[in-house]
Amino acid sequence: MAASSFRVARRRVQNAIFVGFCYAVTAVALIALAAILFTLLKNGAAGINLDLFTKAVPPEGEKGGLADGIIGSILMCGEGMAIALIIGILAGTWLAEYGGTSRYGIVVRFLNDVLLSAPSILIGLFVAQIMITAFIHHPSGYAGGVALALLAIPVITRTTEDVLLLQPVSLRESGVALGTPFWTVIRTIIWRASSSGILTGALLAFARISGETAPLLFTALGNNFISFDMYHAMSALPLSIFQLTTGSADQVQLAWTGALLVSAAVLVVTIVARLLSQEQKRG
Amino acid sequence: MTDASISATLPDAARRRSSPRGAGFDIWFEYACFAAATTVLVALGGVLVVLVFYGWPAFATFGLDFFTSSTWDPVKNVYGGAGPIVGTLITAILALMFSLPVAGGVAFFLVEFCPPFLRRPIGTAVELLAGIPSIVYGMWGYLVFAPFFAAKIEVPIQAVAANAPGSLLDTLTAGVPDGYGILAASIILAIMILPFTAATLRELLQTVPAQVRESAYGLGATTSEVIFTVTLPYVRRGAIGAVMLGLGRALGETMAVTFIIGNAHNFPKSLFDSGSTIASTIASEFSEAHDPIYSASLIALGLVLFLITFGVLAIARLMLRSQAKL
Repeated sequence: MAASSFRVARRRVQNAIFVGFCYAVTAVALIALAAILFTLLKNGAAGINLDLFTKAVPPEGEKGGLADGIIGSILMCGEGMAIALIIGILAGTWLAEYGGTSRYGIVVRFLNDVLLSAPSILIGLFVAQIMITAFIHHPSGYAGGVALALLAIPVITRTTEDVLLLQPVSLRESGVALGTPFWTVIRTIIWRASSSGILTGALLAFARISGETAPLLFTALGNNFISFDMYHAMSALPLSIFQLTTGSADQVQLAWTGALLVSAAVLVVTIVARLLSQEQKRG
Repeated sequence: MTDASISATLPDAARRRSSPRGAGFDIWFEYACFAAATTVLVALGGVLVVLVFYGWPAFATFGLDFFTSSTWDPVKNVYGGAGPIVGTLITAILALMFSLPVAGGVAFFLVEFCPPFLRRPIGTAVELLAGIPSIVYGMWGYLVFAPFFAAKIEVPIQAVAANAPGSLLDTLTAGVPDGYGILAASIILAIMILPFTAATLRELLQTVPAQVRESAYGLGATTSEVIFTVTLPYVRRGAIGAVMLGLGRALGETMAVTFIIGNAHNFPKSLFDSGSTIASTIASEFSEAHDPIYSASLIALGLVLFLITFGVLAIARLMLRSQAKL
């Protein structure tokens, strides 16, 4: 009796320690992450003004904005998304509708998963080597867009395949039974039925590439004036942050504001994507 | 009646039924989809081929020394990658050691004993934080964490260690207490991969059927016993996969590390000593590497990183996949 109540007590204590540990680390983790966000908000909000969107990154000691980075980011993310949407949706469709169960399909799916979390700096290195030796012999906005596309493709491929596989087989069969060519079935029935899922994937991919710095370091390189010319070196918001963080106090201020802009964009896009996918589950 | 005689009675138009509009494109659409899927394969294969091709001169020139020597001298054009390679492994493993207990704690908390009204907000917050760009963590580390770490952690610890010269603590904490170095970088990395690992683990723990957990509770097990004897064994493969995925992220992370590791290419002598990782070395030097052997050495380092992460990620994905099939 005494021995068993001792064992019960020991187990209770063990459990209490474990539960306490879980509570404590959760609190610590949330506080640490909240502290980062709070610093970001506090330091970043101080620098928000109109100049931010109209002026380029200033030289040391002058006032300026982040317009060059914002324009560059939009252009390069646009190019990246355009390429990635075409290739990603088609690749996801192939995995879901045509060859997903073949040996080749299994290999492609596996490598797509690996590419999904491959170090982004290596993607940048790869694109820089290819583009600069073979096509445009200097850093360019186009190269940056291609590097971003390579990061977005696996995300879109993955989500497209997943949502297409959610559609019932009878949907395909009913289309084919009407004599519709299979590619028309895919385009007008399957893609339409899973459009919000594909859009979710696209938004998540966009959220991922809009904050990427490493793949742009050698491909887009960055510059300090407002430019729409994607054939030459181009700035991007994360590149500007990278460059400004180690500068003077004014520049650090600008870097915080840039970081706030990027984080806000990423958060907004991610939240929209989540809302979309919830609606889909309900509907 | 035979088939032939049926078709003979049908009008001409029906017998020569034209194929539906657009049917000719059917095969081309399939080819296009196949080509897109192949792009994924070509991209990953292309990375490997490019890294091997352009990095080969470094292996050819320095041979095994490239892996064993830590002399990284752009002036004399002698490159040994041991410093960055070791730095990458140390920081990633330390980051994993720091973040794993915390991420596990957060995941258990969310799944097992979080009050229901907090479960969704905290769960969502963790998932959203996983998407914050790594450069934000890097700049927070450089501007906020490093000064704090130097003043509040490094200096006091060194003061304690100074009482016992030559002890293990003294050796581990030697160096300039400036807030930049291996340990600081590992902590930033740990904070960065924390939301990601916690979110993945939480998703995994939620796949454990309620009956399995409830039957353990029904036998009188405490919460910790349920977790360690029922829940965790149930998801062990997936859990290993999730951890490896986090490790893969830590290994290849560039921006969170470059700011704070100090970028020195020697072997790190202590936890406070500055070092470098493969990704940070490439990020800070590749633009200026005009000498062919210099850029080849950096690309060769990239190849080493590629092979390490590919191995880690491949294991992670196989583990996660076999869990999903259960």
